[in-house]
Amino acid sequence: MKQKSVAVVGAAETTEMGKIPNLSQLGLHADGALNAMADAGLTAADIDGIACAGESPVNLAQYMGIVPTWVDGTSVGGCSFMLHVRHAAAAINEGLATTILITHGESGRSRVGVGGYGMARASQNGQFEMPYGPMGPPTMFTIPWLRYAKTYGATAEDLANVAVIQREWAALNPRASYRDPLTVDDVLGSRMIAWPFTKLLCCLVTDGGGALILTSADRAKDFPQKPVYVLGTGESVETQMVSQMEDFTTSRAFRVSGKKAFDEAGITHDDVDHLMIYDAFAHLPIYGLEDLGFVGKGEAPAFIRERNTAIGGKLPLNTNGGGLSYMHSGMYGMYAMQESVRQLRGIAPAQVEGAEISIAHGVGGMFAASGTIIFSNVAP
Amino acid sequence: MSAPTAPARTRPIPEPTPETAHFWEGTRTGELRIQRCSDCASAYFPPRPFCPACSSRNVEVEAASGRATLYSYVIHHREVPGFTSPYAIAVVELEEGPRMMTNIVECEQTPEALVLDMALEVTFEQVNDEISVPLFRPAEASQSRPASTEAVR
Ligand SMILES: [Zn+2]
Repeated sequence: MKQKSVAVVGAAETTEMGKIPNLSQLGLHADGALNAMADAGLTAADIDGIACAGESPVNLAQYMGIVPTWVDGTSVGGCSFMLHVRHAAAAINEGLATTILITHGESGRSRVGVGGYGMARASQNGQFEMPYGPMGPPTMFTIPWLRYAKTYGATAEDLANVAVIQREWAALNPRASYRDPLTVDDVLGSRMIAWPFTKLLCCLVTDGGGALILTSADRAKDFPQKPVYVLGTGESVETQMVSQMEDFTTSRAFRVSGKKAFDEAGITHDDVDHLMIYDAFAHLPIYGLEDLGFVGKGEAPAFIRERNTAIGGKLPLNTNGGGLSYMHSGMYGMYAMQESVRQLRGIAPAQVEGAEISIAHGVGGMFAASGTIIFSNVAP
Repeated sequence: MSAPTAPARTRPIPEPTPETAHFWEGTRTGELRIQRCSDCASAYFPPRPFCPACSSRNVEVEAASGRATLYSYVIHHREVPGFTSPYAIAVVELEEGPRMMTNIVECEQTPEALVLDMALEVTFEQVNDEISVPLFRPAEASQSRPASTEAVR
């Protein structure tokens, strides 16, 4: 288990969160990076490896004044940062770099310094999906849900429970975008976006960023912050076209990535104290709980309804409020890992007492990709 | 339809590639074409010159029956150029197994009218001289059949 020899020694989000019209996309990467370097007591001269998505790592290196000996521009959507952690761990173990900076920044709301979004008309999506009128994730990511609902007898109330319980967590987080209590009726009565998904079943669109710094576990003890070790990692991809998922009731990428991470870490589900599942839409935690193996197929709606993932429950989930209530810049995976690190450092606003193992599970595209990182604050 | 000026906004128009040309030639003449592997017999879509199940290049184009069932969908409520909201963005399962995204026409765009596993049949909408897109409508009662629940792969 080579992964156990790597740790997070710097972690931070952008100074501001939500609406940041004074920073470009690249500026948000840099703001998060500067905060993470300060957190670790480092400067750009100490960084010899970089990874980022949504922005060119070449731009990042030049902008920050970093001379890297290792670069990763893997960009498979919002879970790219989980893949960067996995690749960084391998690189550190292999001696390709000693101190790796992973950044995210996205002007999702203010759209400052952002490239265009669109699918080429000759791409597979351009030929076989776009002609039928999908307009972004709310109309594509959501399509599998009705098949799940029919297969397992799930309802719109089951989706709403996810949003309601995450808002309860958000109420404890001063940086969360939305903190007022919600009811199931509030959620289901909000504006219809793509039936059966209402506005409050869809993630926010905000500005923000964050960065992580990884080094070897041996060196980690010399840094100012409590080290957060990487116990296990997984990654996979399935399809860029949601219509071509193997099975609309389960994500193959989730299953492959999750199993790899659990196998690498050598832990069981009962060992997990805290869980983050990327929630671009309210059905994602339902798929994640099942595909990671925390519950059986079709059992996640009841597991959530019975408040197992809520405050005081046995598996605290999305304790920052998630993409539904905390923030979502477009590529949310970085924020899921930031919350795992805060929980294991013991400094989260909604701290899970005694948490030792946390999992951050990400999705990229519309069930296109996945990355899973298992963290621990106990030296392996 | 033949106006030389910019046409009214239409649905996004696909651009065929050499690997997909047979599909768009088919839709232009009212035929829904899929591909089948000559080695392992898998039927597949979207088009590509090899079998995604066994990697063989020994594949053939065939006409699908055009019969399908409604696999899953959402009903989009926001305004989109070329579409009249609300409209369903659907995935259908062809009788031969593969699934494809499409729109359901000649049918109310409501949860009550759009029932999962309902029987559908293909129809074609001409977008321009080159491109016609395959859409699906409720199957004629005389042609209806039990919903297929056969696994795709
Ligand atoms: Zn084959």
